[in-house]
Amino acid sequence: MPDDVIAALAGAASNPAVAAAMAGRSELMAASQASYRAVLSPDEPGGLTHQERHALACRIATLAGDAALAEHYRAGAGGSALADPTLTAAGARERAMLRHVDLLTRSPREATRADIAALTEAGWQTADIVRLSQLIAFVNYQLRVIAGLRLIGGVA
Amino acid sequence: MSDVVHDFTADKLDWRPYITPVVLDGATDAQRAALRETPSNTKISDYVLVLAHDPQSLGERTPLFNGIMYARGGLARAERELGATAASVYNRCVYCVSVHAGRYNQLAKRPDVIEHVFKGEARELPARERAIVDFATRLSACPPAAGSAEMKALRAAGLSDAEILDLVLSVAVFGWANRLMHTLGEPFRGEKVERAK
Repeated sequence: MPDDVIAALAGAASNPAVAAAMAGRSELMAASQASYRAVLSPDEPGGLTHQERHALACRIATLAGDAALAEHYRAGAGGSALADPTLTAAGARERAMLRHVDLLTRSPREATRADIAALTEAGWQTADIVRLSQLIAFVNYQLRVIAGLRLIGGVA
Repeated sequence: MSDVVHDFTADKLDWRPYITPVVLDGATDAQRAALRETPSNTKISDYVLVLAHDPQSLGERTPLFNGIMYARGGLARAERELGATAASVYNRCVYCVSVHAGRYNQLAKRPDVIEHVFKGEARELPARERAIVDFATRLSACPPAAGSAEMKALRAAGLSDAEILDLVLSVAVFGWANRLMHTLGEPFRGEKVERAK
């Protein structure tokens, strides 16, 4: 596992412009890495296991078109099918979770209170709704930081 | 609820959650640490109390968010707020828009800029503001759609790489914030307030 996922995926080691930009905000890069650990591998995962979190992060990166980030997350996903946006899930709880991941990743503007009600009706507890929401929101943050750094480095 | 706000505004709004926030009296040590209770017990928002259900992520997120918006140097604060507003307009998070459009107005004192952003009229903006708003809007898309054309416009407008990274961070962290604020609750008008100048 890299010390800094964003640096690794943005190519800091081989791109001086990326490295320089990140060095100028080193505290924020460290804080981003700390958030990554808190959301992907928390001390108290609650109703979302570490593997599930990595699988969902892989799914989010795939939906957002970042194959390299998806591969990074796939390594921690334990082969879970949750990582694959083309596969449908078996149970109501998982289906509601995947629907929410896809909605918040692709078109968060369309979310309404009905989407939270759908999670609750499928058996999701309040704390796990917050855990799931933070996971989705963080990975969407991380992939945009990576995309922006790649642009700064002049890489497509 | 008829008091829910659906249109973009720079007025002060309130926010109510769709789920039950942590009750401070019953909070765990981990939750209290994440909430960084002050000795004077100033009121903690419902938004933060909702996020306290996952105290480890809240604890790491708070200093990151504050650093992105307030750390010294780099992109001017007004321009970070402009990027945040543009991202929040794209994601239609009315509450985030209200806070950050209001802050931009206080800092830049150019309400015409925000009005154009609310109407999706980036083309009417001066070159630097247009480059910032266009970049923020495109980076917020899924998949992110900011590319060499947007980078060229930012650099032509005079932004350094350091300033561009600050803009990236502001836009990205609002992609994070919008996905919480807009999905876990709704904005409403509380008491009648003066329109923000």
